[in-house]
Amino acid sequence: MIRTVARKIYIILIFIFLYAPIATLMILSFNASRTRAKWGGVTLHWYISLFDNREILQALWNTLFIAFISSFIAVVIGTVACIAINYMGKHKRAIVMGITNIPMLNADIVTGISLMLLFISLGIKLGMGTILLAHITFNIPYVILCVMPRMKQLNPSTFEAALDLGASPAYAFFKVVFPDILPGVLSGFLMAFTMSLDDFIITHFTKGAGVDTLSTKIYTEVKKGIKPEMYALSTIIFVTVLLLLFLINKAPKEKLD
Amino acid sequence: MKNNGIARKLLSAPYIVWAAIFIIVPLGMVFYYGLTDKTGAFTLENIAAIMSAEHAKALWISLGLSLISTVICFFLAYPLAMILANMNVSQHSFIVLIFILPMWMNFLLRTLAWQTLLEKTGVINNVLSFLHLPALNIINTPYAIVLGMVYNFLPFMVLPIYNSLVKIDPNVVNAAKDLGANGIQTFFKITLPLSVPGIISGITMVFIPALTTFVISKLLGGSKILLIGNVIEEEFTQAGNWHLGSGLSIVLMIFIIVNMVVSAIFDKDGEGSFL
Repeated sequence: MIRTVARKIYIILIFIFLYAPIATLMILSFNASRTRAKWGGVTLHWYISLFDNREILQALWNTLFIAFISSFIAVVIGTVACIAINYMGKHKRAIVMGITNIPMLNADIVTGISLMLLFISLGIKLGMGTILLAHITFNIPYVILCVMPRMKQLNPSTFEAALDLGASPAYAFFKVVFPDILPGVLSGFLMAFTMSLDDFIITHFTKGAGVDTLSTKIYTEVKKGIKPEMYALSTIIFVTVLLLLFLINKAPKEKLD
Repeated sequence: MKNNGIARKLLSAPYIVWAAIFIIVPLGMVFYYGLTDKTGAFTLENIAAIMSAEHAKALWISLGLSLISTVICFFLAYPLAMILANMNVSQHSFIVLIFILPMWMNFLLRTLAWQTLLEKTGVINNVLSFLHLPALNIINTPYAIVLGMVYNFLPFMVLPIYNSLVKIDPNVVNAAKDLGANGIQTFFKITLPLSVPGIISGITMVFIPALTTFVISKLLGGSKILLIGNVIEEEFTQAGNWHLGSGLSIVLMIFIIVNMVVSAIFDKDGEGSFL
């Protein structure tokens, strides 16, 4: 009895630790005072003025655009890579997986710097394009990480059976293999999207002047003081995701798991 | 069948080309810049620069703070992972989600929120003074940086340990108990050794980002405390000495490689992976 209570208290404490800053930001989004040091009463002002702030809206658009496109491309390249890796010999597979692990295990600052050096020496102008290339690069490993276990569980005979029955390889893939690995592909996409959305360090080094994502925008605002609209926007994003997850969990559970 | 071989090569081509251009070549460039001077001549000066008083100090502080953070993360995460693993939650993904969810609130904002919480007149101190407890003045000190590191990287310790604990066959634990082992013995002889892959990958995933961060120290350390990440970042964005910055990055990579080798030895099958 005491043990279960102690366990519950421990979990609650950790959750307070993890979610206290998030609650703080949400409360700040309703703060009528412009500085976060003072409480000036409750207002919805920032939620309204947010939609007049073109800079923040542009940064939001850039962030979502980069996250979506980079995760999508990473999912395509990563899934195809998983199929190929699955057919590789033990040796080759070890090398490819080793290289795949580099962006995940390497420090973000080193990945960012290395990509920046590459783009600059190739004469590619830093901007949206370079951010996208960088995000695809660090997203692919997350996709492979999510899809690979599903791939390993596949029964190779089903694909071969489809071929024997006259399906083309592409048709057999989409009819037989793809449905089985779909949960891995989806979680890979979600993971990549989240990582891309939350990334600051790699974007910081691969972005050019004039292009901002929400992260880099916040970073430049740190010294001047964060605009309260930013808190409002973050609250909207967080609550939206929370509601979506709640709805997904409430929805009749399909055979995803 | 021959046809198949070509098809397989075609399938692996996009990723291998991508990885070569965007993973291997850029790392090569860091080594090129780190090992040459402005005229392009070979030099070890940029790497030796780590020995200079200022850089060595930054490296020591980074190593110290990231080690402390990793240890704290481990001791917070292990009991939590055990409790979660024993809860028999039917949805494994739900637990992962709870720890991934904070990432949907921007990482910089979440870290900045700790400023509001920790400040002299901040939320925590208001609560403490209400309870007639002494105030906590840790903002702009190394303690605040450690707190920021633990806060940001704790999920990366919990998830791998949780994954390796869930995979332990309950029969093995039951067998130990049947054979007369008490709770403590079972833990140290069975549970802990079997969760080593998760622990190792957790340590890697906390230690490396903590060692190399420049954001947390900037936001919570009041830019008084320079970590090695701050030094490198400034070389690239302000000082503009890419050769020195790359040289120091190579030093960082030595730590990263040692860490990768250690985790490869302990975690041969990738059992303790993040997901």
